[in-house]
Amino acid sequence: MAPKMSMAAAINAALRDAMAADDAVVVFGEDVGPLGGVFRVTDGLTRDFGEGRCFDTPLAEAGIVGMAVGMAMNGMRPVVEMQFDAFAFPAFEQITSHVAKTANRTRGRVRLPLVIRIPYAGGIGGVEHHCDSSEAYYAHTPGLTVLAPATNADAYGLLRAAIEYPDPVVFLEPKKLYFAKEEVDVAAEVPPIGRAVVRRAGRDATLIAYGPSVPPALAAAEQAAVEGRDVGVVDLRSIVPFDDETVCAEVRSTGRAVVVAEAPGFASVASEIAARVTERCFHHLEAPVHRVTGFDVPYPAPKLERHFLPGVDRILDAVDELQWQDAA
Amino acid sequence: MRLLGHDGEPTGSAPLPAPDVLLDGYRRLVAARRLNEQAQALVRQGRLAVYPSSRGQEACQVACAAVLEERDWLFPTYRDTAAIVARGVDPVEVLTMLRGDWHCGYDPRERRTAPQATPLATQLLHAVGVGHAARLRGEDTVVMALCGDGATSEGDFHEACNFAAVFAAPVVFFVQNNKYAISVPLARQSVAPSLAAKADGYGMPGVLVDGNDLPAVTRVLAEAVARARSGDGPTLVEADTYRMDAHTNADDATRYRTEDEVTGWGERDPLTRVRTYLTGAGVLDETGEREITAASEDMAAQVRRGLAVEAPVDPDELFAHVYATPTPQLTSQRASLRAELEDEDS
Repeated sequence: MAPKMSMAAAINAALRDAMAADDAVVVFGEDVGPLGGVFRVTDGLTRDFGEGRCFDTPLAEAGIVGMAVGMAMNGMRPVVEMQFDAFAFPAFEQITSHVAKTANRTRGRVRLPLVIRIPYAGGIGGVEHHCDSSEAYYAHTPGLTVLAPATNADAYGLLRAAIEYPDPVVFLEPKKLYFAKEEVDVAAEVPPIGRAVVRRAGRDATLIAYGPSVPPALAAAEQAAVEGRDVGVVDLRSIVPFDDETVCAEVRSTGRAVVVAEAPGFASVASEIAARVTERCFHHLEAPVHRVTGFDVPYPAPKLERHFLPGVDRILDAVDELQWQDAA
Repeated sequence: MRLLGHDGEPTGSAPLPAPDVLLDGYRRLVAARRLNEQAQALVRQGRLAVYPSSRGQEACQVACAAVLEERDWLFPTYRDTAAIVARGVDPVEVLTMLRGDWHCGYDPRERRTAPQATPLATQLLHAVGVGHAARLRGEDTVVMALCGDGATSEGDFHEACNFAAVFAAPVVFFVQNNKYAISVPLARQSVAPSLAAKADGYGMPGVLVDGNDLPAVTRVLAEAVARARSGDGPTLVEADTYRMDAHTNADDATRYRTEDEVTGWGERDPLTRVRTYLTGAGVLDETGEREITAASEDMAAQVRRGLAVEAPVDPDELFAHVYATPTPQLTSQRASLRAELEDEDS
């Protein structure tokens, strides 16, 4: 049996193993040095690899990402940390105008093998600017690869894959999942980027989720089973590239789908998924694709957070609305 | 810092380079001027969509390339075409961007010259990253990062100066203060005593130099490069110069500056004072001048020939470089565009 570790520890192990495997891998950001990051994800890296390999920077996110661009241009594989989702926004221009576009601008002559790690999304009772789901901005930007692990094993494997990837990756770490322990086999094969995984097979309906929304989707499927419905769960893992094949195969087999995501639903990744599934699976669908997402409001204060987040009940309600009476 | 006065008289504040070195510099100035004029002409003829001219700033353009070694990096902006060409990149390749072929016409790795930055000051951070990576690996690489006066108002300028100073990165920040950001004058960008003075706040040296004085700019930049190379970190150099042309052909400079002002700066032309000095020193005569002009005309003719041939663009290339391996979605979009084009052809 593989050892149990938290997602934070799994990511730390991935960084550590990548740094040991390749001298070009460098880690930097705010508080990632001696402190080990505010979530302790980079714990011990400066001590074990030295100040040249894991270091603190001045407090400036555009600076961090912009410097990573230059280092990636010059032979390094930077892995930078944006301390919190909304604190990545000062780096938005660097990410959208340069990280995403340099390979295309230079006709592939300058590729940027860098990873931007972002502790993201809510469910931790955080104050404002600490709980945003910012994936749509990145997913909308051609040139970025956007990953969101939901399990500790994937956090390890996908980060290893991201660091080895020739193109820039935005790596979204669901912070509410940082500290629960699960088995992680670090010797397992590195998962391919761009492939979703069926977490739970189901015959009646398919829940499509990623990152922090996978656990509530799985819990809802569990509850649906008690109520007599066999509901499956697809974990995207990779938002970009999007795995149409796996998602559509599941939806075609069940004829019913609900997309679950924390981000506000308007113009969201969930909207894109609903549209894609509808375009590709229309004749297999028994009901319109539903979305269970955050409301179209700024992320709420901690006391109101539970009303915002898609939970088991709301997911089950959406499943109930998939026109079952027509099939009966 | 000034070594040659407007009248071509040495100021005596430091020794001038040897006459043959200065003569070579003059040759480069003439080539840069001719390139600016040729590119402007190509815009008028509809061969180029746009050209941000550096006419009047040629001393800066020539000097920043001349002080670099092959192993160094240059980070230019959209106005630095002449500097890129002075670095050795084929002018036709550089200008294909402005013909609309692609966003960057040359291979940045070939001459260690980054793509021309269109957003302001963002590339300064990339320059710091290139320098810091070199330093971590113990490589002898200096990075010359160019920007204008307007860019010094951007947050990325501040972050780049600060990061470079904190990490002692081997970077030279070279600000060509040409007095206008499109139409907005320097006074609206900053009330600092000078842009070079901002260096104090970052704990690095700042040097103000007469940007129309080739030997002075060359000397100041060479000192900054040497400082970076020796591990002493970045320098901020501000060149006092002037954009003689409008921002681009789409701009109307008469709306925001006076004829007198432009004429005044014309009297401080970077070519004239070197020519006056070299002629006075007996190093440049009419024959020499003719040879230099002929060489620049050859270059201009080559640019015209190169740009007269419309290179075919490949719609497939839209999808080719976004990712090392195209996503399934891009592969399918490429297939539909191909089908669409085949329908058009049939």
